Amino acid sequence: MTVSRRKAILGTVAAGGALILGYSLWPYPQREKARAVLGHSADNALITTWLKVARDNKTTIIVNHADMGQGSQTGLAQMLADELDADWNLVSILEAPAEEPFANGDMIKGLLLGGELNIPAILLPPLGYLAPKVSRLIGLQITGGSSSIRYTGVAAMRPAGAAAREMFVSAAALNWNVPASQLTTKLSHVHHAASGRSIPYGDLIEIASKLTPSDSPRLKTPDQFTVMGQPIPRPDIPEKVNGTAQFGIDKRLEGMKYAAIKHSPIFGGEVESFDEAAIKNMPGVVRVVKLDGAVAVVADNTWHAMNAVRALPVTFKGGESTGLSADAMYAGFEKAVAAMPDSDDRKQGDVEAALKGATTVVEATYRLPFLAHAAMEPLNCTVIAHEDGTAEAWAGSQVPLGARGAVAKALGISASKVTYHNLRMGGGFGRRLETDSITQAARIAGEMKGTPIKLTWSREEDMQHDKFRPAGVSRFRGGLDKDGNPVAWFNCYNWKDMPADACLVPYGIAHQHIGSVDAKAPVPAGSWRSVAHSRHGFFTESFVDEMAHAAKMDPYAFRKKLLADLPRHRAVLDRAATEAGWGLELQPITGLRRGRGIALQEAFGSITAHVAEISVDEDNKIHVDRVVVACDCGDIINPDSAQMQLQGGTNYGLSAALYGAIELKDGKVAQSNFDNYEVVRLADAPHIETHIIRSGAPLGGLGEPGTPGIAPAVANAVFAATGQRLRALPLKLESNRAPQTARL
Amino acid sequence: MPYHLTINGTLHDVDVEGEMPLLWVLRDVIGLTGTKFGCGIAACGACTVHVNGEAVRSCTLPVASITGPITTIEGLSVDSSHPVQKAWIEKQVPQCGYCQSGMIMAVAALVAHNPKPSEAELATTVTNVCRCGTYDRVREAVASLASV
Ligand code: FES
Ligand code: FES
Repeated sequence: MTVSRRKAILGTVAAGGALILGYSLWPYPQREKARAVLGHSADNALITTWLKVARDNKTTIIVNHADMGQGSQTGLAQMLADELDADWNLVSILEAPAEEPFANGDMIKGLLLGGELNIPAILLPPLGYLAPKVSRLIGLQITGGSSSIRYTGVAAMRPAGAAAREMFVSAAALNWNVPASQLTTKLSHVHHAASGRSIPYGDLIEIASKLTPSDSPRLKTPDQFTVMGQPIPRPDIPEKVNGTAQFGIDKRLEGMKYAAIKHSPIFGGEVESFDEAAIKNMPGVVRVVKLDGAVAVVADNTWHAMNAVRALPVTFKGGESTGLSADAMYAGFEKAVAAMPDSDDRKQGDVEAALKGATTVVEATYRLPFLAHAAMEPLNCTVIAHEDGTAEAWAGSQVPLGARGAVAKALGISASKVTYHNLRMGGGFGRRLETDSITQAARIAGEMKGTPIKLTWSREEDMQHDKFRPAGVSRFRGGLDKDGNPVAWFNCYNWKDMPADACLVPYGIAHQHIGSVDAKAPVPAGSWRSVAHSRHGFFTESFVDEMAHAAKMDPYAFRKKLLADLPRHRAVLDRAATEAGWGLELQPITGLRRGRGIALQEAFGSITAHVAEISVDEDNKIHVDRVVVACDCGDIINPDSAQMQLQGGTNYGLSAALYGAIELKDGKVAQSNFDNYEVVRLADAPHIETHIIRSGAPLGGLGEPGTPGIAPAVANAVFAATGQRLRALPLKLESNRAPQTARL
Repeated sequence: MPYHLTINGTLHDVDVEGEMPLLWVLRDVIGLTGTKFGCGIAACGACTVHVNGEAVRSCTLPVASITGPITTIEGLSVDSSHPVQKAWIEKQVPQCGYCQSGMIMAVAALVAHNPKPSEAELATTVTNVCRCGTYDRVREAVASLASV
């Protein structure tokens, strides 16, 4: 299947009569293949993109980012289609197969050209590279880091569409024997006004396919956009309302067996022994497979497999987290950050002297717990390992090529022997950058050659064996002069995560010392939507609020004053404040204490401000009533998707602000499912208004920037409402209720 | 033992244990995978289907206890023409879409009884989890139903 599909995509005019344009400007390892296909010099190659136009004018845009609901496949297709002057009604989207020619070097190029010095952290874990070498990243296929639109879209999709448009114009010019300058394009047709002729792209594919694409096609100016910037309905939505969308977990194959898994509850623990005989006679059980730090039971359906693995007596031994509990861990972190940083992120001026000379010194220490991703679709993967040394696999992954590699490695075969199919993801949020469940499914399948195996993690395993957002503690000291101007900012935190600059603040404070200490816990950590920004956003934006109050200034005005040199930041802050009615009294409601809080965060190339309006009830429970989000992401490709991402990102961060906590007890995760790891539901989901500022700055990401600002905005609002400063997540006020007397 | 289930108007004979949850009968035995597994403990709503027109969480519903016809997302309409499905497309509710089968079934059962639920009624009845955070759109879509 993949071989023929690859041919179909890479062939020039394929059997079906389609012109296929692969457009590559980067000398990646598959260059020879690409050259053969693209028919132009690839020496100056930087980008890759794929476009297929059939004789009937149907246009297939091939995108190399996976769908987890973020809408970027649609956005990417919009970018190419607009430059192509394609008729959107003729466009369909195909996710690129997990094959090297479709790796996204574009994203890496975007990172380089975009001036970012660091590869977003979200891209690192699947690679396990401590010091990422850009050259090693080029062969990747990654969806993460809020990168699809701003890198692949800008660097690849638009030029590819523009180049193809020029090829159709040239083809029509040859066909009609008229100068190309007299031709225009619209809705997948080339027009010649002078003679009144027009011709569909589909009639030109023969000629166009013989032309060499330009490596510097002329791009549209924003006023010429017809598809970009439009709230185009997402083509993936219809199949998501009638049950036909195929997620990884939905894969079914003839003769398939179902596997369930149980991991060592202590991180890093190993399987010492298990008693297969005890479950052998349970209904449907086929066999037990021992894995690294886990056991799996294979059965005739998921329920039987899960029941049996739960009943299976297993003895685990060892593990790094043995005996570790939350209190001891936080105590250790607090002790560590009480010292000076051993690695500096920013050191300017003389903080110690400035603190000595300050009229007021504000000090505070914050903390936050581990978090699980808790994507709605538990981890799963389906693999069949054939006797002939080939294999086929299905899952939803943010790293399809990595998934293919994981299958190959687990089976001890070369990646070229593996066909990997990426299906829809029921949420990713960074969890599906990891390939642990894919390796496990392949290992089980390797033990049962010829039998398709679907491994599904229970929710409990998914929650307790996540790659968690790291817990952390962050200590601050801030100095204000006699007029309430901040002069010093000291911050020491533990467990540094990426992006490295997430801990920096944009505020103009002369003396700054920000750095980390290397205190971690033996708990597997990973990329959680917005990564380090979700931690530092809470820390820094809470502390800036504390400084504002210490200076007896309005927290919005205080921030604004410190952003004198940053007009984009100021504009975002202003927009959120204005739309939220900052400064106007909140409608009083009997029995409730109400307040507003504000927070500002720059992340993934976008600047975002949140204003939260909250109420605290008589039981001291926090309700978030309304949230206003303003975001300058440069420009937007699809306003509808942009809104959804900001709303979704905010709700994701709100779950963490109000509820999220994975805590260790005796080395094991105490939480197990949505009954004790509560998340935001309709009843506590605020109304979220979004306002996009199209500043024209380089495109910023949208998948993650909605997340970091909501926790500090709510915490700051709680302070405004109650005068209580909450310095730990999740945010909880002491209950007002007298403790219940035990009833006998 | 064999159970006779009417699912989306079709009779299915399934030979399973009585305590097997309907969710796994649907997904693994019959192959109707539109109904999703999210938690297995009736805490998320991803597995919501209708039994006798009522929304139920199929992950904890033993097949032996079922006495009426079952409707899954695949049977809500033949062509996505149920008003809730139409509103979901119109308001572009789904993101990843994984929770949406259950969300749609829960909302469809609610509006069958109460065509114009208030936001508070919606929130207390539809307690499904959506980790993508589509709640604003869910509310908009339900509100649009009421105005039809
Ligand atoms: S899977 Fe049934 S409620 Fe979560
Ligand atoms: S749309 Fe993804 S969980 Fe609801």
